[in-house]
Amino acid sequence: MIFLIILLPLIGAALNGLLFSCGLIKKDHESERRIVSIIGCGSILLAALVSTYLFIQLIQNDNPAGIIQNSFTWIASGELNISFGFLFDNISSVMTLVITWVGFLIHVYSIGYMHNDKSYARYFMYLNLFIFFMLVLVLGNNFPLMFVGWEGVGLASYLLIGFWYDDTQKANAGRKAFIVNRIGDFGFLIAIFLIFLVFGSLNFSDVFSQAANPTFMQNVPIIMITAIALLLFVGAVGKSAQFPLYVWLPDAMAGPTPVSALIHAATMVTAGVYMVTRCAVFFSASPEAQFVVVTIAVFTAFFAATIALSQTDIKKVLAYSTISQLGFMFMAVGIGAYAAGMFHLVTHAFFKALLFLGAGSVIHAMSDEQDIRKMGGLRKYLPITSKTFLIGALAISGLPLLSGFFSKDQILGELYERGFTIHFAVAIITALLTALYMMRLYFLTFEGKSRFSEGVMKKLHESPSTMTVPLIVLAVLSVLGGYVGVPDFIGEIFGMHHINAFKEFIWAAIPVEQHHAISGVHHFLNHWDLLVLSVVAGLLGIGLAYYFYIYRPKHLYKITRNEEFGFLYNASNSKWYMDEVYNHTFIRGFNEISKLSFLFDLNIIDGFINKLASVTAGLSNFISKFQFGLVRAYAAVMTAGLIVIIYILFATLD
Amino acid sequence: MEVTINHYILLSFLLFAIGCFGVITRKNLIIVLMSLELMLNAANLAFVSFSRFYNDNTGQIFMLMSLVFAACEVAVGLALVVSIYHNKKTINIDVLKLLKG
Repeated sequence: MIFLIILLPLIGAALNGLLFSCGLIKKDHESERRIVSIIGCGSILLAALVSTYLFIQLIQNDNPAGIIQNSFTWIASGELNISFGFLFDNISSVMTLVITWVGFLIHVYSIGYMHNDKSYARYFMYLNLFIFFMLVLVLGNNFPLMFVGWEGVGLASYLLIGFWYDDTQKANAGRKAFIVNRIGDFGFLIAIFLIFLVFGSLNFSDVFSQAANPTFMQNVPIIMITAIALLLFVGAVGKSAQFPLYVWLPDAMAGPTPVSALIHAATMVTAGVYMVTRCAVFFSASPEAQFVVVTIAVFTAFFAATIALSQTDIKKVLAYSTISQLGFMFMAVGIGAYAAGMFHLVTHAFFKALLFLGAGSVIHAMSDEQDIRKMGGLRKYLPITSKTFLIGALAISGLPLLSGFFSKDQILGELYERGFTIHFAVAIITALLTALYMMRLYFLTFEGKSRFSEGVMKKLHESPSTMTVPLIVLAVLSVLGGYVGVPDFIGEIFGMHHINAFKEFIWAAIPVEQHHAISGVHHFLNHWDLLVLSVVAGLLGIGLAYYFYIYRPKHLYKITRNEEFGFLYNASNSKWYMDEVYNHTFIRGFNEISKLSFLFDLNIIDGFINKLASVTAGLSNFISKFQFGLVRAYAAVMTAGLIVIIYILFATLD
Repeated sequence: MEVTINHYILLSFLLFAIGCFGVITRKNLIIVLMSLELMLNAANLAFVSFSRFYNDNTGQIFMLMSLVFAACEVAVGLALVVSIYHNKKTINIDVLKLLKG
């Protein structure tokens, strides 16, 4: 059954690719489009139904080991034995459901969004290919298979970012994503080697059961575990766009908007969170690694939120917001609250996909305009898009009772209860900034005065139903999705214990002791205070946005042009000059090294080969002189030689 | 005087030497071919003589085989000579040195 989930998208990709993209069937456009959409969306829908069926079975059987399916031995070499096997347990089932269902909605949305594109079949082929690799990543039951999926989603992401490759800038954005990811993949690969060195196996169940076994771990130096955890995290930093490898994600917005929603918000970028959760044993065994993870995560969340405050491209705001929210997820998995991280992953997949699709709907309606300075007042023209976008924005801002509120509060609460007070303070400020930049985006786009031209206004229209229905479904999920995992501390306020079904479900599959709050430590804030604090942070952000962008827009203008704060605004607008810093250090440095190695190649390597060739040529020139072309002379030489041989024979005979 | 094996060997040697001398000294391609033929027949003579001397038929069989080869060689060789003459208007072996290094 697990195979079916993985094979269906691959079959969809193969059919669309072979039949239409490679032109085996020549059809008129309209009917071709219809068949392509049916194959593309249908394969994902079937995969989603199969995974739902398996999920129900998993819950009914209540089997913590999950469903394992091994098909054949993939690599057998000495001690190394890797089977081509898949694992459907509590963690991967949640991921699979998100990938297939959100993926299906985005496929449906793409029918409307990509309707006028000339490479319609190619688009759906890539999208199905992405789902295939993502499922391999999530469902693989050993590290190499996970790595195959890991690289595969990188490939699909590259193909889709550079989908409109005739635009050089967009093609370059794809390459940037691929190259930056390569740095992270390098760390992941070394981590896999170290895991094999220590545990002698790459199978999840073997490795994790040994890593959870205290007698085995006595002989393993702690530094080794820290190294494995940190190298795995390097991989996660690349794929999940954390500081300092986040630079590819804003550029990845060059791809079609549904791609940004699916790959660069809902699924692929969360692969790092999944991987850290999967490898929980290594992180929980090394407090040093955990501290590094949570610190980088908090810094990334805050840093990206400050950039998101002043971006003017609707998709760039969402991209930095994604980086910031991924920071929240890593905070959670960094402190060992793996369920909280996974929970935020799920709710984020809902509302961030919703926001991206909403932005896509706006861009579609505005004839490919992405600058929010040229929008405003769109609420009248796009009623469904604006309402669903508002729900998404409020959910991510942490408005009480929406899904983002529950998942973010779970993370904030765990941060505080586990004693990361400074991190907690920064995270609260980041939550405030989140509400501020999200509502700023909403107000600038949908409220206030219209700032677009007459020509754009005439073409302005609400998107077709293939686009609005996914928006509505995702909006419903963004509202209700939080109730599967209401945080413990909220539950305890209302006297309900063990209310967090999601947490129990995830922890059942993690072979680590679940840490509870450190007992004996006096907490300055109690549950109520935490709740009030995070609600206030969210509401304050929303209020500030309203004040600056609706109530007193001129006030903001004064602040940003002010000498004291102006430079801060400029720095945020220019993304803290990180791209420039990278250009001047790494890229220029690398260019210098490339030039040196080019010279080395030209003079030393090529020089050696050329010298060798010229020596050989001289030698053969000399030898060819013996071929003087006179047949009679050859015969004479042969005869002379014969006589000499016969003479020697007779001489030795005696 | 009794004719012994030595006489045959001597004759064979002389024929071979004459053929060899012809190949080395003559420039006309046809005469070179004829000299080659002479060398082959010298070898054939040696085969037959030894075959008779040792009472073993193998030598004679070899001689027959080499006769057949010689016939083929002449056929091909003369055809080549004709063809060369058509193209180059000469069969002087010293002029024909296309493979000079």
